[in-house]
Order: sequence, then structure tokens, then C-alpha cells
Amino acid sequence: MDSRQLYQEMILEHNKKPRNWGMLGDATHKAEGVNPLCGDHIHLSLKLNGDQVEAVGFEGEACAICKASASMMTVAVKGKSKTDAEMMVQEFRDMTTGKLDAAGPHHLGRLTVFSGVSELPTRVKCAILPWHTLHAAFAGTDTASTE
Amino acid sequence: MSARDTLIAPLDVAALRRDFPILNLKIKDKPLIFLDNAASSQMPQPVIDRWVKYRSAQHANIHRAVHYLSETATAEYEKARLKVQAFINAKESRECIFTSGTTDGINLVAQGYGRKFFKADDEIILTTLEHHSNIVPWQMVAEEKGAKIRVVPINDRGELLVEDYRKLFNANTKFVAMTHVSNALGTITPIREMIAIAHEHGVPVLVDGAQAAPHLKVDVQDLDCDFYAFSGHKLCGPTGIGVLYGKAALLEKMQPFKGGGDMILSVTFEKTTYAPIPAKFEAGTPPVGEAITLGAAIDYLTGIGIERIAAHETDLLDYATDQLNRMPGVRLIGTAEKKAAVLSFALDGVHPHDVGSLLNDDGVAIRTGHHCAQPVMQRFKVPATSRASFAFYNTMAEVDALVASIGRVQKLFA
Repeated sequence: MDSRQLYQEMILEHNKKPRNWGMLGDATHKAEGVNPLCGDHIHLSLKLNGDQVEAVGFEGEACAICKASASMMTVAVKGKSKTDAEMMVQEFRDMTTGKLDAAGPHHLGRLTVFSGVSELPTRVKCAILPWHTLHAAFAGTDTASTE
Repeated sequence: MSARDTLIAPLDVAALRRDFPILNLKIKDKPLIFLDNAASSQMPQPVIDRWVKYRSAQHANIHRAVHYLSETATAEYEKARLKVQAFINAKESRECIFTSGTTDGINLVAQGYGRKFFKADDEIILTTLEHHSNIVPWQMVAEEKGAKIRVVPINDRGELLVEDYRKLFNANTKFVAMTHVSNALGTITPIREMIAIAHEHGVPVLVDGAQAAPHLKVDVQDLDCDFYAFSGHKLCGPTGIGVLYGKAALLEKMQPFKGGGDMILSVTFEKTTYAPIPAKFEAGTPPVGEAITLGAAIDYLTGIGIERIAAHETDLLDYATDQLNRMPGVRLIGTAEKKAAVLSFALDGVHPHDVGSLLNDDGVAIRTGHHCAQPVMQRFKVPATSRASFAFYNTMAEVDALVASIGRVQKLFA
């Protein structure tokens, strides 16, 4: 697959105008995600109300794939329970590593726009980084890395 | 100085390209445009053939046996050492040690010289331009000995501030390690002058020549450097081989880096004595075939003429720089007055990783990232850059293709 095919409208749009941009002032959970090989670096903040993700915000310097993935992730997990969000983390991981059956039941919705990344091994880590970071934030670990 | 200023016969690049089978590769039906030479260079057929000849008719372990193959391999290995000596104009061939690469050579000096002679509060001068391989080995020995690292700053063009360097020297300064050419910015440093300054203070200098040796004439006697390290795979040779040049008097004072066979005179469990140089620093079976192949690569380059290579690469650099400077939204990072053919650049609003991926779709191979030079990236406040680096087998048409490809990326992200 051409990486150009990955840079579809939606991904370019989310890269240009990322949703939920900016760290939350009243975050209950925070984590930092780093991809040392290519220089992707994102900060994620969450406000959990009990088990529910009430608000989410992120910032960072990252490539378009990473930024768009982070932006779409924040939209997808806002309002969800921690359990549902963690399930999406797993499904997203599976999808980008070619293990998810896109036709089968899953909760990724529009995130399937990243399914092509499974054919571009050098970009998989870019797409997955925000999700690793989310997982780390839930777990209370400060940093996530793709290494 | 451009090719126009000197009477240098121009390269027949088309003919030279025919020597490189890999340049015929297609990347998804597009011709390969290989602009990542600072990372590693390609190998021409005559050099590939030399490896094959060694493996087909000359291989055996060296220095150890009296049979034909061992004698042949040994002779060829030592012949390669003589070629290295001539290539860098070392006074004696025993001053040319075969290593596994530049990084290995620098570690050799850090351990062989630094560990033996550095003491607490000693100062080691490095520069902001350094590749991690010329930073970390010194940090490791400095930490062990309680020594301090001092760093020469650069200006916004990526040039070393020589006056600041001069001011760093004091009674505690014991060593300088610096690059000849910056792999991230292409800056050619004023090492001759800086070596002279260090010597005024009685301080030895190691030069990281990884990016220099393939692209400009290196004369270690003229530079008067105390150590000079470079890699085979950056100058059309194989990976796994490099050279550390060191002045004989210094190498003789140093302790060995690796211990084992071949670097000894005699071994008993009570006492072991070490071999003279270069053997003292060549423990174990060396990369024999690789050293011989490196010799062939040196022959190939000197056959073309390093000055002619430098002139062509300067033309490529000037053209590419001019073209990129005309593109709005493209910022060159590293604009020193004296540069090797390395172009680091940033595209407004597009992360280098995206640039690299999309260029790859057009068959253009560049490098994106921190280039093992995080301090340089931090100095320019960028997480990473995109870097195109040229060799003598690149063409002006390839520069055009690079420019067109960058233009397409900008359009996609507009």
C-alpha cells in the first residue's frame, strides 16, 4: 500500500485541526507518550468521573498519523467508561497489527480509517502511540513508549 | 569553491552509476532515488567483486598459519592497511588500526586513552554538533573518572564558535573530541585551526571523520590530529569495518581496549604481555574480507579522484540548496558557509516522518529523525529534520525529483 493512500481526507483534517487539543487544567490522570525512533511526542490528560471519561485533552509534536490517531481517539473515548475505552485500545492495537477482522464485531467506528497502517510497518508505532499513552494514563504510569 | 573555480575534469556520472547495480532498483515502479548516503553509501560492482574474489579464492584466518590461503589472506589484509595509510596520508601503516567502524574507534580511544589517563575534575571538550557516537563514549568514561564534559556552542547557521572554544581551555582540559563534518547539518568544521589551538595547550584531539572521509581529502599529518576515526560503509565499502588512525606515540602509551588472541606477545596465567601496534588493538579474528573490500573501495574512490568527487557533490549541494531556498514553507537547517552535501530541512506544518513516508512513495529515499544528534536538534528547537545527503553518483535530475516530491507533499497538506 502507498502511504499516500493512508493520508486520506479525515486523517489530514484531524492533523490540521486536532480535536480536544490542550491539556486539561483539572486532569485526574496524565501520561506522556514518546516514539524515540521518529520523534513523536504527545502529552495526554484525562478527567475521570468515577469510571467515566468525562474530559480528555492532548498536546504534542507528532507526525500526521500520530496526531490524527490521537485526535480521533479523544473523540472516541470521551464519555465512555474506562472499560470500554480499554477495549478500544486493544481493538485498535489489533487492527493496526492486522489481527482484527474488520467485518466482525468491534467498536472502532470511524477509526477503521487507520486499518491500512497494518501494511506500513514503519507507521504502526505512530498510530498506536496515543493508545499506549491512554492505557498508561489509566494505569497511572507516567510514560509510554513504543519501544 | 565550486567546480568552476578549479580545472577539475567533470565526473561522468552516468558511467559511474552503471557501476552500481542497486541504483537500477525500482520502488513501486519508480526509479530509486537514493539520497540517504550520510547513513550509508552504496557499493559499486568492482568492490562487490573484490569481496566475491576473497570469498572464492583467498579466505582463511590470518596471522596464524603457514599455508597458502592464510599467507594470501594475511598479505591482502596488510595490503589493505597500506591503502588506508596512503588514503589518509598517515606517516606509518601501524598507525592505522582496523576497527568495526567509527563508533568502535571512538570507544577504543575513550577506553584505551581516557580510562588510563583521565582523572577526577579533568575536562573533555566536545561540540554541539557531535553524533551520539562521539558523545556517549566520553560521557561513560567521564562518569567513571569524575571528569567533566564542556561543549563548544554553535551559531544559528550551525557553525562552531571558535572563540568560545578557545575560552574553554584551562589547566584541567585533557582532551578534545570533535567532528570533521556534521552528519545532521553538513557543517565542515575548522578542525585544522581547532587542533592547533588544542595543541597550544598540550591537549590531544580525536576527530570523528565518518562524514568527511568519503567526501573530502583527509591528510592526517597536515591536520596534525592525534586520532581520526572513519567507517568503511560510508565510502562505498562494507559495513563492519572502519579505521582508527592514531599517532604512534599515543597508541603505544594507551592500554588495550579488547583483550584476546592476536593482541598479545605471550600469555601465561601469571603474566601476559601485549603486542605492539597495530596488533595491540586488533584482538581476535578481524573482519578480514571486509578490510580487503574496504581497500578496494578506497582504490575505487581514489581512481575517480576525491577532489572530483568533492567538486561534483558541491555542485549538487549548491543546486539543491538554491532550489529548496526558493520553496516557500521549506526551511533549511544548517546553513554554514562551508558545508558537505547534506541538506537538513523542515517543511512548515508537516512532520519529517510524514515527509519521509510520502517521499518514499515517489522512490525518494531520505532520512528523517534526530540523526543520532539530539543536541543539534534541541539547539534548533526541532524534534527531528528531514535530511537528503548526496554522493558522487547522484544527479541534478535526482535533485529535481526531490524538489518535485517535496512540492507534492506540501500540496497534500495544504
